[in-house]
Amino acid sequence: MSATSPAIAQTRFEPRLMRRKLSGTVFLGLCLAAIGVLLIALLMLLVDVFGRGWPWLDGAFLTGAPSRRPAAAGILPALVGSLEIGLIVGALTFPIGVAAAIYLQEYARDDLVNRLLRTNISNLAGVPSIIYGIFGLALFVRALSLGYTLLAGALTLVLLILPIVILASMEALRAVPDSLREGAYALGATRWQMVSGTVLPAAAPGIMTGIILAMARAIGETAPLILVGAVTFVTFLPNPVDGGYTVLPIQVFQWASRPQADFQGIAAATIIVILLVMVVLNALALFVRVRLSRHIQW
Amino acid sequence: MNAPSTATPMRDAPAPETPRDDRAGGRPSVQVAVSHSAEGAASGGRETAIELQGVSCYYGSFCAVRDVGLTVARREVTALIGPSGCGKSTLLRTLNRMNDLVPSFRMEGRIMFDGQDLYGPRVDPVEVRRRVGMVFQKPNPFPKSIYDNVAFGARINGYRGDMHGLVERSLRRAALWNEVKDKLSQSGLSLSGGQQQRLCIARAIATEPEVILMDEPASALDPRATLQIEELMRELSREYTIVVVTHNMQQAARASDRTVFMTMDEDRAGYVVEAGETAGIFTNPRHQLTEDYVSGRFG
Amino acid sequence: MTMPAGAAGLLTRPPRRSERVIEASLFLAATVGVLTTVGIVIVLTFEALEFFRLVSPVAFFTGTVWSASIEPLQWGVIPLAVGTLMVALIGLVVAVPVGLLAAVYLAEYASPRTRNLVKPMLETIAGIPTIVLGFFALNFVTPVLLKPLFGSGLGTFNALAGGLVVGLLITPLIASLSEDALRAVPRGLREGAFAMGATRWEVVRKVVLPAALSGVMASIILAMSRAMGETMAVVLAVGTNPQLTFDPLESVQTMTAFIVQISLGDTPQDSLQFKSLFAVAATLFALTFGLNVLGNRIVARYRNAYS
Repeated sequence: MSATSPAIAQTRFEPRLMRRKLSGTVFLGLCLAAIGVLLIALLMLLVDVFGRGWPWLDGAFLTGAPSRRPAAAGILPALVGSLEIGLIVGALTFPIGVAAAIYLQEYARDDLVNRLLRTNISNLAGVPSIIYGIFGLALFVRALSLGYTLLAGALTLVLLILPIVILASMEALRAVPDSLREGAYALGATRWQMVSGTVLPAAAPGIMTGIILAMARAIGETAPLILVGAVTFVTFLPNPVDGGYTVLPIQVFQWASRPQADFQGIAAATIIVILLVMVVLNALALFVRVRLSRHIQW
Repeated sequence: MNAPSTATPMRDAPAPETPRDDRAGGRPSVQVAVSHSAEGAASGGRETAIELQGVSCYYGSFCAVRDVGLTVARREVTALIGPSGCGKSTLLRTLNRMNDLVPSFRMEGRIMFDGQDLYGPRVDPVEVRRRVGMVFQKPNPFPKSIYDNVAFGARINGYRGDMHGLVERSLRRAALWNEVKDKLSQSGLSLSGGQQQRLCIARAIATEPEVILMDEPASALDPRATLQIEELMRELSREYTIVVVTHNMQQAARASDRTVFMTMDEDRAGYVVEAGETAGIFTNPRHQLTEDYVSGRFG
Repeated sequence: MTMPAGAAGLLTRPPRRSERVIEASLFLAATVGVLTTVGIVIVLTFEALEFFRLVSPVAFFTGTVWSASIEPLQWGVIPLAVGTLMVALIGLVVAVPVGLLAAVYLAEYASPRTRNLVKPMLETIAGIPTIVLGFFALNFVTPVLLKPLFGSGLGTFNALAGGLVVGLLITPLIASLSEDALRAVPRGLREGAFAMGATRWEVVRKVVLPAALSGVMASIILAMSRAMGETMAVVLAVGTNPQLTFDPLESVQTMTAFIVQISLGDTPQDSLQFKSLFAVAATLFALTFGLNVLGNRIVARYRNAYS
């Protein structure tokens, strides 16, 4: 800029633009480096797992039962166990979680009791999953005498993901504009009619996405199920109310705990199956969010 | 420093363009707009601080401001008035390159400041903003102490001098010193709305700019605070060039030396209808549109 | 008076009552949360007290030797606590800078297109089952990354590998919560700083980050809590050696790993060993719950401050 302007003060400022811009660029470089580090870590993980596990992945693996010999081992009981648990958890969490979210978001006045309920849900979402396992052990396995059954495991996981589902559903309900609610009221609808007729359908994609993602989380859980007695060597297909069961993550844990490289290999193969299930569920959630929300006529 | 004599016909060029400028016919042509707004050296004694030449502003493919030619004289208060949405703020923000922060923004034309094109290839917007300060519609003091608020701009621009003195001077010039001199360490957010806005003015002054841009500085304030800001504007114009956007016509009439009236086309592109001495614009405007606006018939 | 369409069913009884029933059932569902919390507290307290009847709390909380299966049995929880804290701190050392840098990038620098690439990547990392991370730590981080660096000083089981993958796990948490905090800073503050001739980095460093500080702190607190409660990511890689050490290259045992170890074994449910599980769990719960309450309170406060 020219120095012919009258402000004498020009000489009192040393803007040092170059230096400042340089530090800005350095910082941006650090940001990108951080993201690069994350990307590389993710890639290393995937490459390692796939590299180790792919050779072991075949039809016999998917349909066989575990065996003491890695070569003959399969994951069918674990796979079925995971699917059964996933379905039960989803079926139970949906009504309770959505009902709770509807109450907290649409019915509750902003008084002390309800604020307490809300903060409580947030705090529960951060409780370590293993604590839920201990609680499940005390409540479902012992107190309700369900024993070490798949049902007890499923109920434990329901408690675990319930806060997450409630929070996600509340977000989805919050996102529905008030004009919808006011319109329904103005037509003489009761609160429940307003909620079930207008707000719920509008929030449905968000709610469903939340549930699908929570189910994905439940299927990946290991620690709580160990606590409630999911065993690690199961050669039969599990029955929800009777006897032993196992799930994919526990199968991984069991095999990965063995030092032999072959066991690490089949553990990795199981991980690939888990990741595939995750991908399918996440894709489903994405599909629900994108496709279905477009069909809602607001 | 005088404006370069570009091809700017004088103010009293043959004026009647009634067939072209009334509402039925659409907007005045470019030539006419320029002829009304360029004062140039011939009006005697007025230095030009900023000159806009054929400035058009686009957000993506949307034209927000079309072909503006304007001069802003040094140490005067120039008011930009017009209905909402006609591009006044956009135009104001071209003067300190704040629009650069919007990715889809594009500008055509030239803006001459101090003999240089503000948008020239080697001009750094960061440096521009030190010399052309800005006060916003909603007071936005930082959540820092009053002292740190005022010192902020000076510090990042490497001020080498007596910081205390600078802070006091700036606060005095913003007519805030007496109210805050005993509580400089309190948060800037603890002040009232009008005080916060004066703090923002002090903050802008502290970088010792030559021009201060004000985007509806009093619209969020109560009437008393508004009057204080207006008095301040007049006072500040003794040392700084002030350009203020306002939708309050009485404010423009009270506080400014020159007024620029903008409006927008059917395609929502803004353009300058008329510019001139404030008294003239309000009592004896030359365009029907101006007359309609200042008498409250639209906008 | 005409009733809204579809309300015919309600004509069989006063609308009010069925509304109240619905509201009551919804309320019941909402109380599941409180009931769970109360239940957890009751169970843990009750069972932990059973343990403390046989082992002095003072010995538990101040003892520096933990020996649950090898005679002489000792019940000092400090080695387990230190193991947990060490892994969590290593995780934070990794996650805080990386997560914050990513958050600043997403909030202040990234174009919408880059955001749409980076955010899914973060969500993917957050969605990896923790057992997979544990596997990764055992089979890759230790042998391939750390062994070349530390050579023989590094055990097959070590706290460092566990800490690093826990760091990977909690980075998305810090990144997304911090990004929320940065976004909550009003635009006017940024504009004011830009208008005075600040570079973008200066705006971030001097105005936005200080204003978002409490939100960032909250994200770190919540991430710490998550790291401490992590089980499967550490249980494979960190080992089951409850020694009290501050050396991350050694094998240690975290509170969570101990709980898993006991529950996998054949320990009878009424043995002292099994009861110690509850005492450790109660300690873990107290620590993480306290951090969560604190972190959530700070988040609620800054969300209100800016809305």
